[in-house]
Amino acid sequence: MTAILPLLLLLTSLVPATVTFFLDQESYRLRNTLNLGGAVVKVGLIVMMLLAVAGGASYETSIPLAPGLELLLRIDTLALMFVSLSAFLWLLTTVYAIAYFGRKREQSRFFGFFGLCVASTTGIALSGSLVTFFIFFELLTLSTWPLVAHKQDRPSLTAARTYLAYALPCSAALLVAIVWLQNAVGPVIFAQPPDLSQVDPATLRAIFALFIIGMGMKAAIVPLHGWLPLAMAAPAPVSALLHAVAVVKAGAFGVIRVVHDVFGVDTMSELGLGQPLAALASVTILWGSIRALQQTEIKKRLAFSTVSQVSYIILGAALASPLGLIGGLAHLVHQGLMKITLFFCAGIYDERAGVRAIAGLNGLGPRMPWTSTCFSLAAIGMIGLPPLAGFVTKIYLGLGSLQAGAPWVLAVLGASTLLNAAYFLPMLYRLWFADPAPDAAGDEAVPALVVPAVIAAMGALGAGMLAASAVSPLGWATLIVESEVAP
Amino acid sequence: MTAFLVLLVGPLAGALAAIALPGRAARAAAAAAIAATLVAAVGLAGQIVTQGVLRLELGGWAPPLGIALEADGLSAVLLVMTALVMTAVGLAARHELAPDIAGPRAAFGFWPLMLLLWAALNAVFLSRDLFNLYVGLELLSLAAIGLVAIGGTAAAFAAAIRYMIFALAGSLLYLAGVILIYAAHGTLDMDLLAGLDPAASDGLALALMTGGLLAKTALFPFHVWLPPAHGSAPSPASAMLSALVPKASFVILLRLWLDAMPDRAGEGALILLAMLGTAAVIWGSVRAIAQARLKLIVAYSTVAQIGYLFLIFPLAGGAAGDLPWMSGAWNGTIMLIVSHALAKSAMFLVAGQWMRVAGSDRLTDLRGLALVMPMSTAAFAMAAVTLAGLPPSGGFTGKYLIMTAAFASGQWVWALVMAVGGILAAVYLYRPLAVLFTFSEASDRAPLSRATQVVPLVLAGASIGLGIASAGLFEILSVGRPPVVGEGP
Repeated sequence: MTAILPLLLLLTSLVPATVTFFLDQESYRLRNTLNLGGAVVKVGLIVMMLLAVAGGASYETSIPLAPGLELLLRIDTLALMFVSLSAFLWLLTTVYAIAYFGRKREQSRFFGFFGLCVASTTGIALSGSLVTFFIFFELLTLSTWPLVAHKQDRPSLTAARTYLAYALPCSAALLVAIVWLQNAVGPVIFAQPPDLSQVDPATLRAIFALFIIGMGMKAAIVPLHGWLPLAMAAPAPVSALLHAVAVVKAGAFGVIRVVHDVFGVDTMSELGLGQPLAALASVTILWGSIRALQQTEIKKRLAFSTVSQVSYIILGAALASPLGLIGGLAHLVHQGLMKITLFFCAGIYDERAGVRAIAGLNGLGPRMPWTSTCFSLAAIGMIGLPPLAGFVTKIYLGLGSLQAGAPWVLAVLGASTLLNAAYFLPMLYRLWFADPAPDAAGDEAVPALVVPAVIAAMGALGAGMLAASAVSPLGWATLIVESEVAP
Repeated sequence: MTAFLVLLVGPLAGALAAIALPGRAARAAAAAAIAATLVAAVGLAGQIVTQGVLRLELGGWAPPLGIALEADGLSAVLLVMTALVMTAVGLAARHELAPDIAGPRAAFGFWPLMLLLWAALNAVFLSRDLFNLYVGLELLSLAAIGLVAIGGTAAAFAAAIRYMIFALAGSLLYLAGVILIYAAHGTLDMDLLAGLDPAASDGLALALMTGGLLAKTALFPFHVWLPPAHGSAPSPASAMLSALVPKASFVILLRLWLDAMPDRAGEGALILLAMLGTAAVIWGSVRAIAQARLKLIVAYSTVAQIGYLFLIFPLAGGAAGDLPWMSGAWNGTIMLIVSHALAKSAMFLVAGQWMRVAGSDRLTDLRGLALVMPMSTAAFAMAAVTLAGLPPSGGFTGKYLIMTAAFASGQWVWALVMAVGGILAAVYLYRPLAVLFTFSEASDRAPLSRATQVVPLVLAGASIGLGIASAGLFEILSVGRPPVVGEGP
């Protein structure tokens, strides 16, 4: 049983996805049961494993693909953190998506690729080796394309094309990096970090740069972020999943794996790679926020906010100090909860009130109180005010930067907080204090849209308030750093 | 030994029956021949796994007096690959080349030519005698040219004539090389040749045979006959021509350079072959990007994909022998051959279906077909994933093995060729996919039945599945591998 647990976890998304492709548009009930059922089973499996893995257990499945090529799935604390996030948010997003799509067309295609996308994310989380990671990383690229193109109109197709135009060359770079590194040190397995001491430093630096290009594209590191704001053309559930857990997080997760399980903190500092990566992340944090300020559409502003926020995770990994890494890991979950709330709400504003522009938010607060409360909570969390999740992240990143001897990061964090406030607070002001337009309408009579947003917002609130407990994202991140990464 | 006989005689008998019998009975005979040959191919592969290399000396005379047929792991893989593609093509042609759709001439000519082609392919895969191979190649070329001309249009005749010129010139060059070998060594058996001391004329002979085989394989710059020929044949015929025919002459090249005369291959010649392959990858892709017709895109894609195969020569060739990366390059190349065959035949079959629904294969006429024919769209997309070498697919596994071998041997340039080729393939295959997804008012066209659409979907699915479960393929492949590429993993 324990040997197939990782595979089982993968199949909970893969099987419903595969079956869904062959269903007729009209089989609403069967399709919804399948997808919700898969999501519930997955969450159940994860809850079952949490305690055992916290106690130090790990599960491994290995499937030979070709001579010298093996699919290795492994559940450890870091994998489980990412997979719990994705499973939990998949469940919420499925509920949301079923309500969002109602009776719209081509649902079997949508839910099929949606499940495939989640399965790839799961695969990325469970990957025990670099090659396995790459296989799922690419599967994620491919399964996201039809989701972005789903509406089949011009903006969607442009967005989808741009996405691939960024993704495929960068993944080619990633593949070269993997083959090159493995040529020097043999197959790279995350649980047994390779011995890089025999490899010449210039080669290692080049390989590292290729890795960051390959992973950084999905994490939307500047200047490889151009596809993300365009991808807003996708339906709201897709944006929510893309920004919270699927694509951008896969990239950030990959960076963490590369920094900590492939290169290792010591090699990073010997080669002087940590500081440049931290600088790149800082530039992205500031640039994303500045661009967010300039946007007039809700989803576009949120998209640039993602560009900025995901780089907190990269920053945490790059600082190469235990506290910084804890902050980065916790933010992987925190940002997911907050951002999915924001996107759920943006979708509700669009669907129920026809509002896409920021100016249209005027006076919507009292009219749509649940949605607006969730939106406000998540926005406050993003700014980093206590007691929400974002605050915890920023504290740890700040402490981590001092621990790593890089106090300039504090200035970046401060500036970013101010910028976050500058683009989120006006939205909140409009929601609650501005006068509504005379012809404004809007209600929130679809509980299946609102409830997922409320749950995600409660999650973000809880993650901040209960940060000190062992079961919070922060507690789990501390466990990861103590058990695996720190010596 | 019955498997050998059925593989060679089955399709030939079927071809004769399809000519002699009237309409419906002809198709029934063809179907029976297809089924029997498929069973024989699978059976032979099973035998090879349990018994190792199988050898049949005709009339009990051992070479150099007699002629031997031999089935090793590579033969078995190629025979099964051919049988799968042929079966799918046969299923598709039942509809597409029915007399009321394709006209009586094409409907009559297709089945005998298809079976002749199959017999020729099997003969090439089983022969170890250079003259036997020549006969197989001739039969193969003639059947292939007939299949191009069967469409009956002026463009098809022009393409067939051009194909014939290249094919005949190639045959002559090859035959000249064979004569030189016979004059120098007194035998044409590959196994015997491998053990003989090199003669002075061997270099010239190898060059002549290679030149002839390159023309038939359509390696850049000898590729000019391929796109018009594959673009104007009926789609099921294109599927066979693109997926299988170039592989036959390529496999002879592989056996010549790695099996029969490894010590006569100069370093420079090996690199030259790979450089021509690189040029094919780039030029084929660039031309594919510029095409406005789907079948031409797919045909130029074949030109590019053939280029990858030639990267094996500097990685696994040469007299050095048995270096650790060579088996990787060998496995990867065969993987690419098989996954390309499955994916490319799926693509041509899909193109044929779309032509029936949309009336043409111009990209502008294919708008919105994704909604009308979701299954064939999925088949095309999955085949595209394989051809672009994206995981999980046989194309990725092959690419990964070759890239690893390239880095391991210090020739990382060939790894970059694979990486860049993958991106280019994604570009030229993205265009048709994007068009299919464009929303169009004309998307209320009547789709073909699911049973029709499922045939290419199975082929494309198999090319993806190869990337996930290929242990069996590598097990068969390890039987009787040339000593040059070692017995390693």
